[in-house]
Amino acid sequence: MSGINMNLIYLYSRFERFWHWFQSVLIILLLATGFEIYGAWKVLGFRNAVDVHSYTGLTWLIGFAFFVFWIFTTGEWRQYIPTTKKMFEVIRYYIYGIFKGESHPVPKRKDAKHNPLQRLTYLSLAALLLPVQMLTGFLYWSYNSWSGWGISFVPLEAMAVIHMAGAFAIFQFLIIHIYMTTTGHTIFAHIRAMITGWEEVVKEEKVEDWEKAIVKPRPS
Amino acid sequence: MKIMIRQHFTRWLILAGTVIILFSGMAATAADESSPAPGREMARQATKTKRPGITVDHSRLPALNKPFKSGPEITKACQSCHTEAESQFHQTIHWTWKADDNIRGKAGHSVNNFCISSNKMQDKGCLSCHPGWNKSMESINCLVCHGQKDINWEESFNDLKELSASKDPEEVEIAKELRDNIQAAAQSVGRPERKNCGSCHFYGGGGDGVKHGDLDSSLAKPNKALDVHMGIDGQNFRCTRCHTTKLHSIAGRIYTAPAATHRKSLVEDDLVSKITCESCHTATPHKAGSKPNDHTDKVACQSCHIPTFARVNPTKMSWDWSKAGKLKDGKPFKTVGAYGKEDYLSIKGEMKWEKNIKPEYFWFNGSIDDVTTKDIIDPSKRVAVSRPAGNWNDKNSRIFPFKIHRGSQPYDKVNKTLLAPILSGNEGYWTTLDWPSALSKGQQALGLPFSGEFDFVETSYVFPTTHMVAPRENVVKCSECHTKKDGRLANLAGFYMPGRDRNRWINILGWAAILGSLIGVTIHGLGRVFAARNVKKENK
Repeated sequence: MSGINMNLIYLYSRFERFWHWFQSVLIILLLATGFEIYGAWKVLGFRNAVDVHSYTGLTWLIGFAFFVFWIFTTGEWRQYIPTTKKMFEVIRYYIYGIFKGESHPVPKRKDAKHNPLQRLTYLSLAALLLPVQMLTGFLYWSYNSWSGWGISFVPLEAMAVIHMAGAFAIFQFLIIHIYMTTTGHTIFAHIRAMITGWEEVVKEEKVEDWEKAIVKPRPS
Repeated sequence: MKIMIRQHFTRWLILAGTVIILFSGMAATAADESSPAPGREMARQATKTKRPGITVDHSRLPALNKPFKSGPEITKACQSCHTEAESQFHQTIHWTWKADDNIRGKAGHSVNNFCISSNKMQDKGCLSCHPGWNKSMESINCLVCHGQKDINWEESFNDLKELSASKDPEEVEIAKELRDNIQAAAQSVGRPERKNCGSCHFYGGGGDGVKHGDLDSSLAKPNKALDVHMGIDGQNFRCTRCHTTKLHSIAGRIYTAPAATHRKSLVEDDLVSKITCESCHTATPHKAGSKPNDHTDKVACQSCHIPTFARVNPTKMSWDWSKAGKLKDGKPFKTVGAYGKEDYLSIKGEMKWEKNIKPEYFWFNGSIDDVTTKDIIDPSKRVAVSRPAGNWNDKNSRIFPFKIHRGSQPYDKVNKTLLAPILSGNEGYWTTLDWPSALSKGQQALGLPFSGEFDFVETSYVFPTTHMVAPRENVVKCSECHTKKDGRLANLAGFYMPGRDRNRWINILGWAAILGSLIGVTIHGLGRVFAARNVKKENK
């Protein structure tokens, strides 16, 4: 598929790439240590796992604030607006078309880097799952302050259950997400793009208006 | 394009490297344990002052330079200067053997599952630990607690009495020696040392380490590994360093009363009556921000810092009175078992000794609930003769380590009460091996009824474990409690504990989702591989 009708476009900005990989390191560390605390495996030992988990979690919480700032100041949040247009085509592609060598129904574009399925997934991830995980994690970590904050009526078990459900969901996302990176025109095409910022995409495809992230001119 | 990729890749590497260095730096800070914990420093400061000196040389006092002929004579000599000591001491539980409620206490209706009862002090064998002269209540023996010379008073005075009238020069010589020895012992007084307290408290229950698992003769001269505070190569604390004394009343746990009602530190209030761990180490003794500090509101220091008790000498863990009374060739006998300790005696029954025992843990607010000879019991299950009071959702309760002594002892089948036999003396069970007689004499001494019908009931008795604080290298590890199976706190219910507890359904659904995803992507991936082959073939 690569060759004459492929175009190299700069898709992921430096911050975006940094954030992606930084967050991925944090999430993998959190999963590894979190599941150790949960008792799934033994690597660092309980005490070290707890320490690493706490500090990684706090680092993530602080880092996430920068991400939120970035996504709103750059207008990139528009890339996450959910849509059902072409959703069916994308689903059909992954269930059927991909095996027939068809091309992706919604190829990546500078102003439309996510397909409808990604939009939905990443929106629920960035706006719901990750914040809930961070919040429950932070509360879990600050359990000793609960009585001072007047929330000691909340059972710790409830917090633990939500946090664990979230952990399983993120673990599941990680598996599928890593697998999905191999579905580009070469196995490592998507991963390379997330490292360099440059993605090879099919030429001459018209970007539909609904797909475009309208960047409003900023007052100078 | 390649150059561009390389450039970006280099930048990315630098950035990633920085992040990893920063992060590992943070983790290293968290794991650093070489610097001393603040609580340790606090305690060092609090205990820095030397023991106060003594301004009296007792050997130069005329009152003590007399040929004493009996114990009470010595006490009189003490009182000639310490005029209030006797009346003070008579008020304390060390003398009265009665708790404030007048029901509990060795001289009251308290029972245990060792020698069971002192029958209101009428079981004379028990009086060997009462601080009077010659097992009598007549006069205090100040020297039990204050004497610094090892001497057998009873023997010395008896021998002296026999020899004092003798004209035989050799015997006169011996008598003089005895007299000098007694006089020297009477003059050799000071504040109580470990061996003074230990002369009773190490041997409670009739032998070394019988009762408390954390209090035996190994604490007379312990090393630091056995007890960081008392270790002679460590802080070298006497018992009285923590068991503070006010007018002869010594701080400690007394039956239902908590040892310390306030969890105050000396930093907050230097007049706290009983010195607890927190008094010196504060409530947040570990490094700021470290997880153990978050535990001190729910977990007593002792739970982690005393990994096992009876680390040097064995302690008695069970005593089955129902097996007592067997004879060999028509005579009472005894057998010796593990650690060279007696594991069967006809006069006492069957017993088990153990060493290096992991405590059992309970919520504890400082008080002990107990059963006295007056309380009705339910013999259908093990009777907790004493048990820790407290609850997981009570803010004054902490998880606390205990030695549990399990046993079997007589009870009244009709009245449903524990029975207290007389053991020592000519009419005691140890002489007669006759339960009905010993039980009825014992109940009579207590002024309580005995139906005549008795059997044995399984019982348990608890001792809070607070001595034998181990060096910090030996503390209980997080994972010994925060673990799914067989953790130290496996039996404590009612609250959620990370690492130990989990929601069953989240666990099942979660792993099902993970497994499903792995299977799903594998099938999808294999599908793509085969599909790609087919496409290639078609193209050929």
